[in-house]
Amino acid sequence: MSKFNKKKSGDLPAISTASLPDIVFMLLFFFMVATVMRQNTLMIENKLPVADQIEKLDKKDLVMYIYAGKPSSRYRASAGNQARIQLNDKFAAVEDVKAFILAERAGKREELIPFLTTALKVDGQTNMGLVGDIKKELREVQALKINYTTRTGSAMDNFN
Amino acid sequence: MARRSAPEVNAGSMADIAFLLLIFFLVTTTIETDSGISRKLPPPQEEDIVPPVLKEKNIFVVELNKNNDLLVEEAPMELKDLREAAIKFLDNGGGSGDEACKFCQGDRDPASSDNPTKAVISLRNNRETNYATYIAVQNELVAAYTTLRNREAQRLYGKSFVQMEKDLKDVNYSGSKISLKEDIKTIQFMFPEKLSEAEPKK
Repeated sequence: MSKFNKKKSGDLPAISTASLPDIVFMLLFFFMVATVMRQNTLMIENKLPVADQIEKLDKKDLVMYIYAGKPSSRYRASAGNQARIQLNDKFAAVEDVKAFILAERAGKREELIPFLTTALKVDGQTNMGLVGDIKKELREVQALKINYTTRTGSAMDNFN
Repeated sequence: MARRSAPEVNAGSMADIAFLLLIFFLVTTTIETDSGISRKLPPPQEEDIVPPVLKEKNIFVVELNKNNDLLVEEAPMELKDLREAAIKFLDNGGGSGDEACKFCQGDRDPASSDNPTKAVISLRNNRETNYATYIAVQNELVAAYTTLRNREAQRLYGKSFVQMEKDLKDVNYSGSKISLKEDIKTIQFMFPEKLSEAEPKK
């Protein structure tokens, strides 16, 4: 009557991991679709402010990015702890903004140049003096379309 | 001879490979924030240009000092009241004759702005002002314009201004885009965004 023998209680059935790759692939595809490759390695703190009256920048290739903020802890020793501008992968001075814009323009097709937008990704704790200086430089090279990049949310959250 | 069935490939390491790829993508990519407040800077000014004369009552002065305090028309104000105050100023319509505003729903106070097309908001900040505060103020001022534009678009065309702009970008929009563009222009003309930024004080 071995048919009715109870199984030994000791060995639990192994949990099937056959669907584990599927789950991981699902995550992988999500990240592949929802994210973009990092363009610049940020050397500054960049906690963007919050706003709700926002427009989306849709043409990625027509956007020039200017970052500003306090150098992150790794670079404190060499770059100080005052807010700095970062262009591409380097710290830059205010005077370099013009050259940067002109270089970006030179790389684009001529008919696209009027549509170029400058996205200012500035840390919320930066002083307006630096931002004002950047804007002054941009005016001088006629890069008049700008976008203050922000996260989405209520503007009141900026003070917490 | 009977065909032997192909031996099963061991898929146990598939998860490891997928994890490896997943971690690679997690490290090298970012979720990009690509939206923000769009603004247009004024073109560089020539030295000898005389600034146009504006009536004092048509200017709404918003000032941010170095302690991030908000001063509106020289009186302190909380940020949450700024939107309301800006709407009240823009929508006042205190003008008469040529400068009368037919669609304004404000108080028609003769001491405030004549017409939304004349009203200018002047934003001045200190060099020490926090960027986050500045963005919050910009946001509230843009919101004031958007609220008014939405109201007029709703009245004239039966849908909000934000919806109209969204339709203009939408490739599947069924109506005529040319007339939509005209309508948007009309609304923008009724409430032009006249936001002037003074040079920051040292």
